Amino acid sequence: MLGSHLVVAPEPLSEGGLDMTAMVGLAGMLCGVLTVRCSSGSGTRMASKMLGVDSEKAVPEVWDALGEICNMVAGNFKNKISGMGDGCMLSVPTVITGGDYNCRSLGHADTLTVSFLFEEKPVIAALEIHG
Amino acid sequence: MANMQVLIVDDSSVMRKIVERSLRQAGLDIARVFEAGNGAEALAVLRDAKVDIILCDINMPVMDGLEFVKQLPGVENAKGVPVVMITTEGSEGHVVQALSAGARGYLRKPFTADQVKEHILPVLAGKS
Repeated sequence: MLGSHLVVAPEPLSEGGLDMTAMVGLAGMLCGVLTVRCSSGSGTRMASKMLGVDSEKAVPEVWDALGEICNMVAGNFKNKISGMGDGCMLSVPTVITGGDYNCRSLGHADTLTVSFLFEEKPVIAALEIHG
Repeated sequence: MANMQVLIVDDSSVMRKIVERSLRQAGLDIARVFEAGNGAEALAVLRDAKVDIILCDINMPVMDGLEFVKQLPGVENAKGVPVVMITTEGSEGHVVQALSAGARGYLRKPFTADQVKEHILPVLAGKS
């Protein structure tokens, strides 16, 4: 849908400059949150490629586009776990923007973080699962 | 089918535009696209508009896609109109529920224009 190939980063990437975070919550048999982080520049580029329009025209759609990407990643993760589909619900995506914030959820959780390169720019996906 | 009228139901405006773009890339001759952000808005659209096909997300606020499909038999303008679900909620249970409620097809996000063509054209041709 993006028409791009993500490359897994060879080493953990710096989170500096990643000023957009999309979040989708999972509830039910599996509880947690999936986050996708990137810079606003990368977010705009993703929206541009999703919609097939210039970056300038994609700016108003960046939040929606990143939220939808996060939603698709969460949905496909859920669907890949046998027997999980009906017992796990996804929240509507939320997107936070800003230069200086931390995301922290309550409760003990294991987190799987994967760093990607989208057009050589960092994108970090993290899946936090609560026990 | 020429000059089609399409109703796209998704809470994401980006996804509505992507679906429309994919339909056009699949070669559909679309005269008009109606958009709705949830099932309730879609029912309101159908009070005044007649469409040839409805493409609908499942996970939406206010009224989700499954509830929307269940309410369609009572909508005059929706009689005989095929519904295709387009969603990340691709679990078997959701598929069964959607098809039982009257949906004619199912497409999982993310999708390509070729997949849209593969899933939508047979539904329009009444082969699904």
